[in-house]
Amino acid sequence: MPDSESPHIVKSFEQQLARLHDKVVEMGGAVENQLTEAAGAVLEKDTDAAMRAVEADPRVDEIEREIEQMVIRLLALRQPLAADLRQIVAALKISTDLERIGDYAANVAKRSIVLNQFNLPYSLAGLANMVVRVQDNLKLAIDAIGENDAEKAVEVWRSDEMVDDIYNAIFRELITYMMEDPRNITPCTHLLFIAKNLERIGDHATNVAETLHYAVVGEVILGNRPKGDTSAYAVVRHREGENDRGQAEHG
Amino acid sequence: MQIAPSTRNETMLETTAPTDAEAGVSVRHLNFFYGSNQALRDVSVDFRAREVTALIGPSGCGKSTLLRVLNRMYDLYPGQRAEGEVLIDGRNILGPGVDATSLRRDVGMVFQKPTPFPKSIYENVAFGIRLHEKLGRAELDERVRWALSRAALWDEVRDRLNASALGLSGGQQQRLCIARSIAVRPEVLLLDEPTSALDPISTLKVEELIDELKADFTIVIVTHNMQQAARCADRVAFFYLGELVEIASAEDLFTRPREKRTQEYVTGRFS
Repeated sequence: MPDSESPHIVKSFEQQLARLHDKVVEMGGAVENQLTEAAGAVLEKDTDAAMRAVEADPRVDEIEREIEQMVIRLLALRQPLAADLRQIVAALKISTDLERIGDYAANVAKRSIVLNQFNLPYSLAGLANMVVRVQDNLKLAIDAIGENDAEKAVEVWRSDEMVDDIYNAIFRELITYMMEDPRNITPCTHLLFIAKNLERIGDHATNVAETLHYAVVGEVILGNRPKGDTSAYAVVRHREGENDRGQAEHG
Repeated sequence: MQIAPSTRNETMLETTAPTDAEAGVSVRHLNFFYGSNQALRDVSVDFRAREVTALIGPSGCGKSTLLRVLNRMYDLYPGQRAEGEVLIDGRNILGPGVDATSLRRDVGMVFQKPTPFPKSIYENVAFGIRLHEKLGRAELDERVRWALSRAALWDEVRDRLNASALGLSGGQQQRLCIARSIAVRPEVLLLDEPTSALDPISTLKVEELIDELKADFTIVIVTHNMQQAARCADRVAFFYLGELVEIASAEDLFTRPREKRTQEYVTGRFS
């Protein structure tokens, strides 16, 4: 993983760095898989997939602990510097983000089990679109880790705004359904949480990209982070015509 | 004895970019030769006042040579010569007419192994002062006390100032040598691997001392221990094959060095 070409004089250190790198990639693969199962659970109403996503979570947590131990050992015993130090600290940060992504994926899967008990009279096209984009982003982020590719990291970082836009659209759509018929409130609330969890996964994938970029090139990605979740500013109009500014606003 | 402790806080607030005015020592286009062998190649670097600059690099990279130029120690050896300028207070110390003895009062040096004289603790410190200044007994006592206090040794030796310095531990002897160097109130303090012969606790005491002393002196330290450079130095200069490869803040040099050679050296990938 280190960006220098020469190998480390101490071979065992080089091997430990390589093992750490492999472990982070393994964890990335595990949460990517978890998200795929969770997505299938929601979109295909596949309860078995939901169970698999939930059951994968303890293993992801375990890898996170392994990475944490490796990092502490490397910091204590090797006193790494420069690119090595950045890689090791990045592994710790990335594992924390990946663990959160795993949690969100498991949560999506759990909610999908509840959701499957309802007959949804509306399309999940928006959500499906969001799932694909979040999956693409996560995959790109994990590829970037595997290849130490700072350019891919920038690509992930840039594309998160699209995910946020879709989330905002889903948010407004679901509120509309809830207002139409109170019986929609339970399934729509679950869908809303599912969408929010997916949006959070996108944010953590962006964190991973930022961390990786710093680890590889030693510089933070320049510019303001694209931030598109404006649902916090969306206000429901109480009575028609009462307040023109009451509609969903964009921050 | 007047020591202004207030300078310390001001030093810590200094965040401005380096200028010559802040440079305690300015090295300009320095070349150095051991006979026909060139040990330093066109080195230009500023050692800022009231900062610690660490020199790192593999053996033979020229870092100790540079230290020896800064107090003209090479004068003692035939066949060694320096070209270029080393400015201290705007004065080129490599120029003709510079008195080596007075220069060495301005530029103190502490070596790898403690080098106490076989005299009493008091005499070790008083010896250098007497060379350069005529002080009365009370003033001399006060200066010795001050130097030992600044070197964080006073409390350990105050009751046995007349005992032989050779009875001190290695760490104490090294702090005594530092006290001896600062007793003549130099502007620059050169430390050539000052802790390489010390145990870890004594090493930390010397490092703490270095941190204290930078309020009053321009400090240049040569060390083979990169963690030590990271702990003590404000700025770190990496030398290789007689050239200055890179100088940066300790944080930048050890977390994101600009040069590939620096990166390889500090991560242990140097062939």
